[in-house]
Amino acid sequence: MVERAYARRTMSTTISLRVNGQDERHDVEPNQTLLAFLRDTLDLTGAKEGCNEGECGACMVLVDGRAVNSCLMLAVEADGREIITIEGIGDAEHLHPLQAAFLKHTAVQCGFCTPGMIMTAIGLLAENPDPDEAAVREAMAGSLCRCTGYRQILDAIHEAAGVMRVVPAVEFGMRGPAGPSGVAPGLMAPGSAEAAAGVKVLGLPEMAP
Amino acid sequence: MPLPHFEYVAARTVGEALDLWRERPACAYFAGGTDLLPQMRLGRRAPATIIDIKGVGGLDRIRETEAGLVIGAAVPLAVIETDPVVRADFPLLAECARVVGARPLRNRATLVGNICNASPAADTAVALLVLDGLVRTVGADGARELPVNEFFTGPGRTLLRPGELVTEVVLPRAAVWRGSYLRLSRRRGMDLATVGVLVACSNGASPPRYRIALSAVAPVPLRVRDAEALLDAEGAGGAGGHGWAATIGRAAEIARASCSPITDMRGTAEYRRDMVGVLVARGAAALAQAWVW
Repeated sequence: MVERAYARRTMSTTISLRVNGQDERHDVEPNQTLLAFLRDTLDLTGAKEGCNEGECGACMVLVDGRAVNSCLMLAVEADGREIITIEGIGDAEHLHPLQAAFLKHTAVQCGFCTPGMIMTAIGLLAENPDPDEAAVREAMAGSLCRCTGYRQILDAIHEAAGVMRVVPAVEFGMRGPAGPSGVAPGLMAPGSAEAAAGVKVLGLPEMAP
Repeated sequence: MPLPHFEYVAARTVGEALDLWRERPACAYFAGGTDLLPQMRLGRRAPATIIDIKGVGGLDRIRETEAGLVIGAAVPLAVIETDPVVRADFPLLAECARVVGARPLRNRATLVGNICNASPAADTAVALLVLDGLVRTVGADGARELPVNEFFTGPGRTLLRPGELVTEVVLPRAAVWRGSYLRLSRRRGMDLATVGVLVACSNGASPPRYRIALSAVAPVPLRVRDAEALLDAEGAGGAGGHGWAATIGRAAEIARASCSPITDMRGTAEYRRDMVGVLVARGAAALAQAWVW
């Protein structure tokens, strides 16, 4: 049986959290997801809204080091947490080994799933630095790509894992914010491929969902 | 689709959670949220108040007690499936937990949420049925301890009363049960089970004892006690002996007859029923091969 919705409530709560190494303090609505908070409030548009039900993985971010579907977490729950998004792991000049490997293996086509793929892979490699093929496939099962056919993505993850086992993580890991509002420069030029893939182009009116 | 509006409150104690439920309208308890939030987006549930129980002291732990291993309501499945004690002593639960969604989902989704959602296809339910798990609750009428084997009453329905909070699940340490969860789905990862069959055998018990649980083939996940009794009786002299294959065939037929599947987008009732027979036989045969008595 469906409970009846009560009167509209807009009681906002103030949350304090760290996002990509930067302290943030904002008012959020109870029904605001972590994904909506990152995209709409912080303009961190790398995480995407795909299925909104935990099937596609496009919204993946790290919460206290673990990969989490940010469409299924409320912003209020992020109070006191450490969040890392794709914007926090590298930029065009300083690619994370996973980003470099995705480019090398052409594991990116339209790019919509890529931030989620990379964050999911970071979550995997943090727990298991040397995963076999089965472990990578299992870890990536919740991240969907409609372009590549997955082989390139799996190859890229294996290669990046090899690099990360040799190079100390601190050399590339978890960069701080690289530009205003934590958005890495050079990644969101209006009209770019990223914009075509669903990135919110800053400064333009938001398209209706 | 955005989430509808609601009030969010975080409880710090069980008593506070119950008070919040009593004082506020149309509440829903909230742990991982991986079932509740999608249901709210689809309009299937519309709580006016969400009571987050993850901050309730003690519910985020797995602990050893005299009654058995106790798993708190806020413990995510990812913690359960990697817990060394669970993996060693309750391997069936670890195995069933690992097939719920993908790993990032299981970083949030909880065991207690999975059984409270009461899907007929709940993967962890079959493990808890075989393990004779107990559900501990606290409600307006006090504390209760409900056998998982009686907990499910229909699709999405349980013995829980309004406002009653499940605090933990107890796994009694009667025996170590081993076996395998044979699960068919349209794709290997990230899909609900079309048919799920868990066939298990107690390790170390003499004579060996068998248990069979089914998911996604009836209004509730269920045990097949008649088939278990048959295997217990015929397997007393040692599984894999003379006539064992015929016994397994009879057990599979009992399981086929005891389920009541429906036809939906994942499969037809006829397919599901046939697969129950196939998988029970396969699971029981695998036990016989894997074990030296």
